Amino acid sequence: MSLLEISNLSKRFGGVVAVDSCSLSVADRSITGLIGPNGSGKTTVFNLVTGFIPRDAGEVRFKSRSIGGLGPDRIYGLGIGRTFQLARIFPRLTALENMLVPVRRAGFRAMLSHGQWRHERDRAMEMLDFVEIAHVAGTVGGALSYGQRKLLELAAVMMAAPELVLLDEPAGGVNPALLEKIADHIRKLNQQGVTFLLVEHNMSFVMNLCHEVVVLHQGKAIASGKPKAVRENPAVLDAYLGA
Amino acid sequence: MTGGKFFPRWRGRVGWGPKLLGLLAVAVVAILLPIIAPDPATTNVAVFTLMYVGLATAWNIMGGYTGYISLGHAAFFGFGAYSLGLMLVHLNIAPGYGPFFLVPVAGLLTALLAVGIGWIALRTRAATFVIVTIAFMFMLQLLAENLVKLTGGGGGLGLPYAHDWTGDFFNTPYYYAMLALAVLALVTSWWIRRSKFGLGLLAIRDDEDKALAVGVPTRAFKLTAFVISATLVGMIGGVYAYYVTYIYPQFVVDPLIGISMVLMAFFGGLGTLSGPVIGALLLEPAQLEFAYRFGSSRLYLVFYAAIFLVVILLLPRGIVPSAAELIARWRRRRTAGPAARAPDAPKPAEVAS
Repeated sequence: MSLLEISNLSKRFGGVVAVDSCSLSVADRSITGLIGPNGSGKTTVFNLVTGFIPRDAGEVRFKSRSIGGLGPDRIYGLGIGRTFQLARIFPRLTALENMLVPVRRAGFRAMLSHGQWRHERDRAMEMLDFVEIAHVAGTVGGALSYGQRKLLELAAVMMAAPELVLLDEPAGGVNPALLEKIADHIRKLNQQGVTFLLVEHNMSFVMNLCHEVVVLHQGKAIASGKPKAVRENPAVLDAYLGA
Repeated sequence: MTGGKFFPRWRGRVGWGPKLLGLLAVAVVAILLPIIAPDPATTNVAVFTLMYVGLATAWNIMGGYTGYISLGHAAFFGFGAYSLGLMLVHLNIAPGYGPFFLVPVAGLLTALLAVGIGWIALRTRAATFVIVTIAFMFMLQLLAENLVKLTGGGGGLGLPYAHDWTGDFFNTPYYYAMLALAVLALVTSWWIRRSKFGLGLLAIRDDEDKALAVGVPTRAFKLTAFVISATLVGMIGGVYAYYVTYIYPQFVVDPLIGISMVLMAFFGGLGTLSGPVIGALLLEPAQLEFAYRFGSSRLYLVFYAAIFLVVILLLPRGIVPSAAELIARWRRRRTAGPAARAPDAPKPAEVAS
């Protein structure tokens, strides 16, 4: 069963058709990779799914419910988390405060109370511990290394227990040792039931980690399937090599 | 980096005991001030200083926490002043303590205005937001000048004058009213900073789109902060109107009032709880002194501009964060011992070579 269903999604920026009647689905509890040459519309698909930009046409369904037209905060509330290219964290908040910002299904009263923080704080420390950066909990985000920011962003997005997480280049700008760790964290979270859709250029990372791969070319999904099968698909080779 | 946080680290090391004791001392002085120094010249300075403690603190809830710099908060100050004034005049409220009970109503009316202005202004960000707030302020000033039948226009609006309060006592009720509003602003600011709502505001300040991506309803949060901030400013404007008893459009919807509260918050430390208080405590008495010394000349504006330049040059983050950093550095050095100081201060010979 698919958790996320995108059908005939389109978006144009002026004369450029960034996403062109694109259809793809993400299976529940899978790790799905979204690959494609530069400019193929991968990040635009992310922005459309998470409500950052309005779609021109098409439908996005999450757990069979239409989510097109909702704002990013509502979509996060429904259980879709995301990270950004070049890790974005809150630079003047501490790592721990960064963890406490995410909000999901909180009423107005909860917003103004201080009481339930202890529970959240414990969970935040657990998550920081999970990605092995608990020792910098009190450090402001701006003073963290790039790798630590990546891990913090991943940990923070997990705070509201999303069912689906979209990762925009989780391997970008990361050293090989950390890369292995990040892959490991993603695998572990996936085993706990979290579904991942990730955009990535590092092919060995994608091929090792993903259960399913979708290839985007000029705004259209041109192939999908098991990593091995997709790699040998002639249409995919064409798109990448421009033959 | 310690100073960048809301609660600078050195404060965390001070226990609750000394903090409470300090707070208690400040409270006792604040409450007893009209008894210790009852002469009107002193209490007048105290009234205006507390007014700016409240204004700067209230402004900081929006400008400091969310990073949305409003230069038009004088609109809410003036609107609150006229709201209270018009209510007193049209409802024939007798002077005395009665008018103070209408201050929350003036606040409520200001809140309604802030919902409307905020709804529109908050569609913009950064510099555009600053300009839009200024535009709204001048619109309000023009309205106050031109709706002559309602406001009296440029001729001003006279409020009931409390004849029963004489001599040294005259300023006292206003002093306590301003004190109450300053405390209300501070408690609100403190409470917001400790809440998840406040954390969301700081997240908006750091990266608004990222905040949206992790579920912070940024529009609702910004508008709420804006309205809370404006409401407090409106109530303070109301008390001000009753205190000065005669209000004019250009003196209550005054860009200088709007800029003063911003300057005080910047001077003390943007986004900190105590910064705006310290900024107001230092700048307002100094400004009154200047205005008094140089009479009606607007020389004190030069002084204000000078302060602004000094702050930008030397203390870009304000007194509180800078002091916190200094103290943190001093503590580190003290714990590290004199040996640790050596690399920081190379000998002249080393520099030469």
